[in-house]
Formats: sequence, C-alpha cells, structure tokens
Amino acid sequence: MFKRFLTLFLATCFAWFSTISAHAADTIKIGSFLALSGNASILGDPELKTLQMYIDEINAAGGVNGKKLELIYYDSAGKTKEANDFVKKLIKKDDVDIILGGTTSGETLAVIDVVEQEQVPFISFAGAIEIVEPVKKWVFKTPHSDKMAVAKIYEDMKKRGISKVALITGNSGFDKSGLKQLHALASQYGITIVADETYDNNDTDMTTQLTKIRGTDAQAIINFGLGKAPAIVAKNIKQLGIKLPLYESHGVATKEFLTLAGDAAEGIRLPAAALLVADKLPDSDPQKKVVTAYKTKYEAKYGPVSTFGGHAYDGLFIAVEAMKRAKGTDKAKVRDEIEKTKGFIGTAGIFNMSPTDHMGLDISAFKMLEIKNGNWEIVN
Amino acid sequence: MCGTTARIHHSVLLTITLIQHSALNIHNSILMLHSEFLQFFITGITVGFTYALIAIGFSIIYNASDVVNFAQGEFVMMGALSTISLHSKGIPLPLAIIGGVAITALAGVFLEKLVVERAKGASVINTAIITIGASIFFRGLAMVIWGKGIYQMPHFSGETPLRILGATALPQHLWVIGGAITLMVFFWYFFNQTLLGKAMRACSYNKTAASLVGIRVNTILVSAYAISAALGAISGVLIAPISYMTYESGTMLGLKGFAAAILGGMGSASGAVLGGLCLGLLESFSAGFISSSYKDAVTFIIILLVLFFRPSGILGKKEAERV
Repeated sequence: MFKRFLTLFLATCFAWFSTISAHAADTIKIGSFLALSGNASILGDPELKTLQMYIDEINAAGGVNGKKLELIYYDSAGKTKEANDFVKKLIKKDDVDIILGGTTSGETLAVIDVVEQEQVPFISFAGAIEIVEPVKKWVFKTPHSDKMAVAKIYEDMKKRGISKVALITGNSGFDKSGLKQLHALASQYGITIVADETYDNNDTDMTTQLTKIRGTDAQAIINFGLGKAPAIVAKNIKQLGIKLPLYESHGVATKEFLTLAGDAAEGIRLPAAALLVADKLPDSDPQKKVVTAYKTKYEAKYGPVSTFGGHAYDGLFIAVEAMKRAKGTDKAKVRDEIEKTKGFIGTAGIFNMSPTDHMGLDISAFKMLEIKNGNWEIVN
Repeated sequence: MCGTTARIHHSVLLTITLIQHSALNIHNSILMLHSEFLQFFITGITVGFTYALIAIGFSIIYNASDVVNFAQGEFVMMGALSTISLHSKGIPLPLAIIGGVAITALAGVFLEKLVVERAKGASVINTAIITIGASIFFRGLAMVIWGKGIYQMPHFSGETPLRILGATALPQHLWVIGGAITLMVFFWYFFNQTLLGKAMRACSYNKTAASLVGIRVNTILVSAYAISAALGAISGVLIAPISYMTYESGTMLGLKGFAAAILGGMGSASGAVLGGLCLGLLESFSAGFISSSYKDAVTFIIILLVLFFRPSGILGKKEAERV
C-alpha cells in the first residue's frame, strides 16, 4: 500500500518537475510554410536552408531575449490549399509566435485571411505587390517587386534620353506581371510604348516579332522574361543586326544567362539585387558588408547563393530585431515593431517600413548592370 | 510681271519637290515592307523546317504500327541533351552526336521491348496512351539526370548571319533545312526500296498476314522504334544550337511536330515537310501581320479548318477500309 502510494507521489512529482523544466526551456516558436517540393522548390529550398543556418547561429549565441528559437516548418509544395491548412495548424496546434514564409505569391495570398483573423505577425518571402498593397495589418514581405525593377529600367532610360520603347515579353506569370507594370509606369517616366510584342516561352525563334520592332521608331527594346527565351531574343537581335539598346529584367540576372547568350549579351542592361554582384559593390555601399557575409556563409555550406535565400535572411532578422525591441513575443507588440523597422540593411536593400508600406524597400534596392566582356558591371 | 513668273516658277518647283519627296517616302516604305515581308518569310521557312524535322520522326512508328508516338518530342530532347553531355566530357562533336543518337535509339528499343511489346494486343489508342505515359517518364528521368538547367550546343558552322536580300538567317538554319531534306529522301528510299521498310509497311497493314508470310513482327517493331528515336535525336541535335534545350523542351517541340505531321498527312515524309512549312509560315505571318499574341490561336484555327475539310491532312491518303 505504502509502496504504491510512494510510487504515485514520485510520479506526480516527476510530472510536476517536468512541466516546470519544460516551462523553463520555453522557446520562441517560429512557424514556417515553404515550397520544399514541386516547381517552386528551387526557391523554397534555399529559404529553408537559410532559416535553419541562422537560427542555429542565433541559438548558439544565446538566442533572442534569453530564449532559444525553435523552427516549426511544413512543406506546402507551393499549393494554396496545403499552405492554408498548415498555417491554421501552425497557429492553432503549434501555437507559434510569428510566421515567416510562403515561397510563392499564390500561397501567401491564400493565407492572408487566416493570419489577419488570428492576428499573428506574418512576413512573406513572395514577390507579388498585391501581398502588401493594399496594406494588411499583420502582413509584411521582404522581396522587391516587379514594379521596382520596371521603375529602375525606366529611370535608366530617362538618364540616357530614351523616350520611345518597344516591349517583347513571354507568356509566363512573371512576364505578364512585368508587362502590366511596364504599361502602368510608362507615362510617369515620360515613356511612350511604340510596340508590344509577345512570344510563347517555348518558342525557338523571335525574329518575326523583332523585325516588326525594327520597323518602328523605338529607341530601345525591353525584354521582360525568364529562362531560355531572353537568350534567344538577344541572339535574334544580333542576327537581325538591330543596334538598339536592349534591357532585360532581373529574371535573367544569372550566370546561366551570360553563358547562354554569349557575345550577343554584350551591352545588355538589367536591374539586379545587390546580392548577385556582392563582389562588385564599392566598399562605400552600405549593403556590401551584409550581402558579402551572407553570401560567404551560405556558399561555404550549401553552394551558389540565390536571392530567394536572401529573402528568408531578411525576414528572419527583421523578426528577430522586432522581438528584441518589443522585449518579448507579444504578438501585437512584435507587429508594431516590425512596422517600425527603419534602416535595416538586408540582402534585398535597406528596409524602411511604415504603416503605409509593409515592404519598406525603394528603387535603390536594384542596381543597374551592364554586360561587358561576358560579365556584369554596375552602371551609375 | 517678272515677280509673278518667279512666283509661279517657285511654286512649280515646290510642287515637284513635294511630289519627289512623297514618292521617295512611298518607295522607302515599300522597300521596308518588302524587307519585313522577306524576313517573316525566311523566319517562317526556317522555323517550318524545324517542325518538319520533328514531324518526320512521327511517321516511322506510325507507318509500322498506326500508332502516334507521343514520346517523340522526348526523343528529340534526349538526343540533344545526351550529345551535349558527351561533348562536354571532351568527346569531339561528331562522335558525341553519334553517341547521343545511339543512346536515344536504345531508349526507343527499351520503350518498345519493356512497355509496348508487353501491352500486346492493346488497341492503337491504348498504345498511344502508353506512349504519353512513357513521355512523362522520359521527362522525369531527364530531370533527374540533367536537372532543370538550360543547355546549349555550339553552332556547327559559326553564328555569322547570312544575308538574303535584306533578310537574315543563321548557317545552322541551313543545317536544319539540309537535315530535313536528307531525312525526307532517306524516308522515301527506306519505305519504298528496302526490305525492312517494306516489311514495316506490311506490319502496319496487317500484323497477322505479315507474320504469316514470315515477317518477324516484333523485330520490325523494335527497329521502327529504334529508327524513330534515332531520327528524333538527329533533329534534336540539329535544332539545339538555335533553340537551346531543357528537360521539358521535348513537350512543345513534340506538339509542334505532331501538328505539322497531322497537317501534312501522317505517315508521309513529304507531307511532314509540307505541314512543317505551312505551320512555320502561318506562325510567322500571323505574328507579323496580325498580332504576336494571337499567333498560336490563328495557327491552330487554320489547322482545324484544314483538317475539317481534309481529315487525313494535305498529302494524307484517304482512309479506305477493305472488307
């Protein structure tokens, strides 16, 4: 009888102690949903690696506000239904303090209602401008948007005295979103669009469209595209002997494009994030230190860096800084502090958030590059 | 008096200059329109031969078994990518091409031996659906082997554009055109002059009768798949320098080749070339004169109209069922 009683007593004590110790090891729970499989996995993969790498580093240095960070993540495969389910699970079951992630614009837009209703701070890694325009109280994002790339191109054209442009774009979502912005911003920069040609991203030849452009009085060509099509456009322009300046989008700011287009790429201008030209930045550039450090650390562990992992870096540190300023994880306080982010130097640019701007980047986030001798140079 | 004459003289001069000027303008715009038209035409022809090249590949398996092989586009992709891989390992281009074509032909043999032959007795439609499955498998396999990157192949004879009366083409386009014509001749010779070709046609008419006269139907089918895959690989190799290649390039190339083959008449090499040229010219002219946004729509509407009036294609034989 006594023995039984003792056992029960000890068990109760043990249970009690273990709750205490669990309470003492209280962590800051960071919830995430990312496209780790499926088409967008080339984006989601570096995002997860970046989160894991820096959360380990922060924990090794003692955590945030004396608490360790704990990452809870799910693979949404870039699907809206899955993303929505996982976000509900993160909030209701895992009881996370903040949500970082959402690799694609589609899955981010699909969870906004839930996040707003449950009032959890949420920083997305997806590009679409619709995520933060109009402003939603609990929703933020870190990547630059197509609109800024277009503004950067038009700004550069204005400097060169170009006012008439011909557009040639493909049929992917990226191309179409860019095309919309190209039309929307043109008048603001005093640009007239004299030709608007399209192609299928699988087409093997665009000389017909370019011949039409040659027949207009365009002073420059803008090709807003992704993948192999822009390389074909560049080669076709060379084949036709068209001498107009060619602008590409940040979609082809890759080493791959330089190899594919070869000497047809000479003289092409394109906007790109500072991260891609880390080694070319002047020492006076405030971003140089941040992007070089991230690039070196990421490449030492995983191989070539991409801007997508950079978006996760920016999101994580904006959240961490906000929690430090809020001295805790109170959701409303953290949200307010994220909104007050000022002068945060990230990989995508310098963030200055405000109640009317939940992205906080301006056009200076992009550098204008020109391809010279098979490599890019920063144009000032 | 003198002043009036001078004024008249002046106005006459002005009129003449004006007329001259506008005549020059009209002349210039005609010249420009002419060179635009010529470039649309040349682009249409070169793209058309690309489609023709792929379309011919469809015809071999079709002629041997009445089956449309929907994995034909994947053969095009595999031929190009394996050649590029071999070439990047330091193997000279001609040898790499032979290697790439051989690897793809082997894939064709596997497709027939391991999949099509096991579905013995399956109807033509079922076999065609099996080839759709095979195309998805090949694409997945290519993604595992080559990843999602974009590959390029060196142009065979440089990239200096050729000028044809103000329009331009690349030397590689001549390789494509030459390749298509060579394959067309080979095709005619093969099916009309060689025993294997004739046996293949016999199999397509009636498998049972063919085996009764001593034709090994299985062997014939295996060689049809091998030859078809090899032809696909050759077209891939010829096209790759212009179009670049990725693991999923085969889908769209295959679809365009299929459309060309249907338009020209399935099973006929000259039909494939004619269909390819029509398709290429339609695309180029509708992009040039109507709108590049609607070029695919315009093209497919015209194809549908043609097939509405000639269901077996422009050069296709009329279907006659013997009772």
